[in-house]
Amino acid sequence: MLRRTVPILILASSGLLLFVSAFSPFTVGLQEIVLKWFNILAAVAFVLGAGNLLAVNLEQISSHRPGWAYSAITLAAFVGTLAVGMLKVGAVPNPMYPDVHFAGAHDDPQAPFGWIYGYMLVPLTSTMFALLAFYVASAAFRAFRAKNFEAILLLGTAFIILLSQTAAGMFLTGWIPEDSVFSFLRLDVIKRGITEYVQTAGMRAILIGIALGVAATSLRLIFGIDKSYLSKT
Amino acid sequence: MTTKNTEQTPDGIRGFFVRLGRLDRRWIFLAMGLSIAVPILLGLRFPEVPSPMARATFDAVEDLPEGSLVLLSFDFDPASKAELQPMANALVHHCAAKGHKIVFMALWPLGKQMADQAIKDVLLEFHGGKYTYGTDYVKLGFKAGNEGVIKLMTTNLAEAFPTDAAGTALSNLPLVADIRDLDSFKLVSTVSAGYPGAKEWVQFGRESMKSDAQLTAGSTGVQASQLFPYYPKQLNGLLVAVKGAAEYETLVTEKYPVDRNAGRLEQGRIRMGPQLVAHLLMIALIVLGNIAMIASRGTQGGAR
Amino acid sequence: MQRIWRVCATLATIATLSGLSAFAAAAPPAPTDVSAVDVPGDGGAAIHVRWSVPAPAETKLAVIERRIVAPVKEGEAAPADAPWTEVARVDAKKGAEPGYTVSGLPNSEADRHASDQIVFRVAFIGVDDQQTAFVEAAPVVARANLILFKKIPLAIVCAVVFASVLGWIFLARSGGSVRIRRIAALEAIDEAVGRATEMGRPVLFVPGIQDMNDIQTVAGVTILGRVAKTAAEYDAKLEVPTSRSIVMTAARETVQSAHFAAGRPETYDESAIRYITDEQFGYVAYVAGRMVREKPAACFYMGAFYAESLVLAENGNAIGAIQVAGTAEASQLPFFVAACDYTLIGEEFYAASAYLSGERDQLGSIKGQDAGKLFAAAAILTGVVLATLASFTPSGPLAGVSSAFRAFFGG
Repeated sequence: MLRRTVPILILASSGLLLFVSAFSPFTVGLQEIVLKWFNILAAVAFVLGAGNLLAVNLEQISSHRPGWAYSAITLAAFVGTLAVGMLKVGAVPNPMYPDVHFAGAHDDPQAPFGWIYGYMLVPLTSTMFALLAFYVASAAFRAFRAKNFEAILLLGTAFIILLSQTAAGMFLTGWIPEDSVFSFLRLDVIKRGITEYVQTAGMRAILIGIALGVAATSLRLIFGIDKSYLSKT
Repeated sequence: MTTKNTEQTPDGIRGFFVRLGRLDRRWIFLAMGLSIAVPILLGLRFPEVPSPMARATFDAVEDLPEGSLVLLSFDFDPASKAELQPMANALVHHCAAKGHKIVFMALWPLGKQMADQAIKDVLLEFHGGKYTYGTDYVKLGFKAGNEGVIKLMTTNLAEAFPTDAAGTALSNLPLVADIRDLDSFKLVSTVSAGYPGAKEWVQFGRESMKSDAQLTAGSTGVQASQLFPYYPKQLNGLLVAVKGAAEYETLVTEKYPVDRNAGRLEQGRIRMGPQLVAHLLMIALIVLGNIAMIASRGTQGGAR
Repeated sequence: MQRIWRVCATLATIATLSGLSAFAAAAPPAPTDVSAVDVPGDGGAAIHVRWSVPAPAETKLAVIERRIVAPVKEGEAAPADAPWTEVARVDAKKGAEPGYTVSGLPNSEADRHASDQIVFRVAFIGVDDQQTAFVEAAPVVARANLILFKKIPLAIVCAVVFASVLGWIFLARSGGSVRIRRIAALEAIDEAVGRATEMGRPVLFVPGIQDMNDIQTVAGVTILGRVAKTAAEYDAKLEVPTSRSIVMTAARETVQSAHFAAGRPETYDESAIRYITDEQFGYVAYVAGRMVREKPAACFYMGAFYAESLVLAENGNAIGAIQVAGTAEASQLPFFVAACDYTLIGEEFYAASAYLSGERDQLGSIKGQDAGKLFAAAAILTGVVLATLASFTPSGPLAGVSSAFRAFFGG
């Protein structure tokens, strides 16, 4: 029984305290303190995660399961980067303390750790992000079909936004004077109308719903009505 | 990945479009790759007409008295660098050209490196002669805590950042020694890719800034829809995606041109070429997909 | 004689010019009724300084300065006077009662003791840029109050929302109707897991890329419990790669509980729930690669996602998996809606755990959430109508009501 009661009590008391703390200047700093505690927990938990990473990948390599080479690369990258960073291998000396090795800047572009960041991490993350361009195109081709009225509206909006975000928008309608009675036909004007009114209204409605959902979920958790996060074993 | 055509496919033009609807996505990827690569290789450029939001961002920096204290927050990482570094560079150049004193910080762990790059590529490259570390600009570095950092800065900057990025106490840096909180800055500008970012600056930082202080933001296109409601009241200026960067670059380089390495301040405009071609490709794909859908109506298992 | 006339004329000119310059450069009258009061209902960082302007036509700006006066302790000598610090230069005549609220006063222990008094003084600058003498206000202590007044509207709105949620929970407990519309994405969980079992392929569950302090991750992990229970009942293999260590731990507990609840504790495989990396795109590269190699038949994306959402969804599409997504990240919803078979949009995602439990208490909370939405809609409609009507009569009573309404909700 304690295994379920204690977590509920901790959640309820801290949740209520943090809620009340937002309204009093004497307790408004509590949120930052709790966030710091969480960051400490997360940092300690990282050791757990790293241990799990090692265990799973080592097991994959030792049992030669399909894809074990990927595990080997993962471990090599993990251990190598960790060692270079923690030991500050090749760190650029700190001008104020040139004889103290660990005062050096390991993230300087000329240091090995900085090199790994600049020539491995940056290109890899940029590449993964760049994949989105390809996926957006294939998603647009597959999913943007005018099957009903709402879909037609969506398509029309997509065309307007796509064109107005480029020089094509200025080429197509930029010749219409801004102060003329037909200025509402300019793509940039239509785009501004869509983003500032239609999109903003829809986004606000979704955000209000989300905020209410957060409030209801939090209340269920704080008052112990929803106990699904607890272990039932 | 090619879909086997087991349904009845009509002949002629109609059949062509039905087959087109089942196009292997790898052809689409190839077309997209070419639409981005070719304009870059050919150096396609287009004129940019600044939008009101870009102009407002420009005015927010331009209208400040020379030598004003500004805070630039680099809240993005290498993944969004292609979209956000151009506007960050233009912002740094603009602030430096006006002689503003700049404090750099980051709420994302890798934001510090983004700031370092802007300093190296723009600040020291074009304004190195008149910018000295400690008196004209300071790097506070990254601080963990997300919006908690912003809240701390609204009351006590030194508690949020006891030292700069290199470990020097703020009291030893003339520019920031007497700064108490966010109120001291005439302009706060964030270039943000998500959380924490522009939204958190508006929600937690705006309130404690002086009413005549400026808050501007640059954001990715995906996040921008959440920021439009804040413009122009809480956000004095907003740059959206590469288009916003290109527009802002146009304004800044027209007023403050550089005589070497001009490419460092043209990255946004360079990227507008492939953006145009890619957008046109997407429109063409959507149109083709719909024609394929219409063409396959009535056949067995029409296109989905 | 001529010489005497010249001297007299010179003296007269000098006297006239002196008189003229004195007349032209005269400073306006100094401020009167200078007072400083603590702003009520704040954190002790603001004081409002007021003054009266005897000669508005001659006065341009008010210069406000402050000095902190530490209290004299018994037996100790009085500390030396702190220097005056200029706070602001503002329009001296603005508003019916000219004044200025000095905010951002140092109020941490290191900067100021709670009992320190602050003295403000005000001087005027005239239209000819001549400054008057300073007039001091009585010392004032900036006190932190128990409640922040500007947060009271928020407290009232929270009270209304909480009352509706809790009220509906109690109503549901006492037998009230708790009919919730069908949410297709949640009904599809059984279908998706069943499909995976038939095809002999695994089920992939991605609980987002944020940590357990994000409520979306908590919601995602509670849905994981339901998916895991179904997978255990159907004997389907479930994989849960996580981006945070704490999430891995929570997910393991949840999945293990689910296997116990399904009566299949022996099928629980701890190694199927593993930590990958905190790095966003490193994580999605792993998951995407895993999807292409293992080809799960059902993919669930439940939690906080950012740019990687489309990469995951399109990969799932490419391998022909049935995909169910749920997130409260409004910017990622369009990608999931376009690429996934079923999507839980915003509040549906938060309602999921209550919906799946089927318990009356929890379903009642969803009804309460809807009541809160009705309240928000009513408030928006009222505000819009008031603002529209007030725009026709800018100086009428409606304008005041509209401003008060906006101030209440807008802060």
